[in-house]
Amino acid sequence: MNSAMNKPGKTDENSVISIRNLRKSFGDLHVLQGIDLDVKQGENIAVLGRSGTGKSVLIKIIVGLLKPDSGSVVVLGQDVEQLSAKEMDTFRQKVGFSFQSSALYDSMSIRENLEFPLVRNVRNLSRADVDKAVEKALDDVGLSQTINQMPSELSGGQRKRIGIARTLILNPEIMLYDEPTSGLDPITSIEINNLINEVRERINATSIIITHDLTCAKTTSDRVAMLLDGKFERVGTFDDVFADPDERVKQFYNYNFVN
Amino acid sequence: MFLALADVFAFISRFFRELFLPPYEFKEIIRQCYEVGFRSLLLISTTGFITGMVFTNQSRPSLAEFGATSWLPSLIAIAIVRALGPLVTALIAAGKVGSSIGAEIGSMNVTEQIDAMEVSGTNPFKFLVVSRVLATSITIPILTMYTIFVALIGGFLNVNMTEQTSFTSYIQEVFGAISYVDIFASSLKSIVFGFTIGMVGCYKGYNSSKGTEGVGKAANAAVVTSMFLVFIEELLSLQIVSSFR
Repeated sequence: MNSAMNKPGKTDENSVISIRNLRKSFGDLHVLQGIDLDVKQGENIAVLGRSGTGKSVLIKIIVGLLKPDSGSVVVLGQDVEQLSAKEMDTFRQKVGFSFQSSALYDSMSIRENLEFPLVRNVRNLSRADVDKAVEKALDDVGLSQTINQMPSELSGGQRKRIGIARTLILNPEIMLYDEPTSGLDPITSIEINNLINEVRERINATSIIITHDLTCAKTTSDRVAMLLDGKFERVGTFDDVFADPDERVKQFYNYNFVN
Repeated sequence: MFLALADVFAFISRFFRELFLPPYEFKEIIRQCYEVGFRSLLLISTTGFITGMVFTNQSRPSLAEFGATSWLPSLIAIAIVRALGPLVTALIAAGKVGSSIGAEIGSMNVTEQIDAMEVSGTNPFKFLVVSRVLATSITIPILTMYTIFVALIGGFLNVNMTEQTSFTSYIQEVFGAISYVDIFASSLKSIVFGFTIGMVGCYKGYNSSKGTEGVGKAANAAVVTSMFLVFIEELLSLQIVSSFR
């Protein structure tokens, strides 16, 4: 139930994502202080923790947007730190990243936003192929009607969905969700949670969901990992983790479900 | 201070490194040339025309004191081609294009769009910075030539209305007063101005601090810094070109 499930030192060969003794600091702020984590093929894991504890930093390191101070991150059998620029581009096609702010390109229409990763990564695609892929991606998130709109014309929930559609267009093997329900109303949050589950069923992707929304963690993940003081102090099923008498874990649960 | 300078040099050297490495973002460069050039035409036309008109009008009394108003076309040509044309264009571009680049890239930085581009397998530096700096370096010299043309037309209308100078005689006076060195120097200077405006806008935007305040600061710093650098470069070019005359 705790971090002993992730054996420190040696990477697990059956894992799609294997993290060992990962450390990252920003000046005097030591956010990650020796993280160990293994995520299996097709598994959804939610990373919980208070704001500013380094949850987003973790997935940014996984996708190579940030460099760790020490430790190793092996994803799909590749050590992320050792990848050349070209290898990193190929690697990133297999890893979808849904940003907290959706990160849709403001100056491009929804169609252009979805086309962007496709036309830059897949060669010899005809116009018809691109159109078909864009229409399918939008259809999958139930927003076909927005194809010619600009991001500024969409609601927060729609922007999140389009952000997810843009990452799905390359059929990634791994999905990283950064706060997928933050800033959304409860109904839209449920829709996003359902979408995360649909994505898992549809493409059998392995996912890491960064959140502090316990409903999201409970409904979308097989396991949750609780980030406390820079380490995964608790890793296990949702019910196991929150059965723990640790006051810090209880506080987190009470804030979400009791208050 | 030294760390900041080292950061600027690292940014500039990365530009030259990325400039020659494929893939080349031709489509984005053309789009940016359109944004920088075509969308600035109305403003450039108006300011260029007014500059020509006003400069001619303000210069007339001084020349009239010596009975030398016939030298007006020569004076207009030299002032506009050598200094006013490139300077007015660069200052307008710094205000319009520099601030727009700083704000756009700053906003993309704040809203994680640059990170999104990177995880999409696109080099954001090449797509955003190289294309914009190339666009300003290409387009601002063209806009400068256009400003010079429009300002000379403004000057001609003023001279024609007051001294009844014919177009033919005006053109002869203008081309008699300037040389190829003047046109070459102005073009070269404009390329440097364009490069500076694009580079400063991109640098400030790319390194903006997070939050909406950071975007505002990036846009403001892009304008102030590029205008300051344009004046410094103008002064330096004056010294360099003078040594060739």
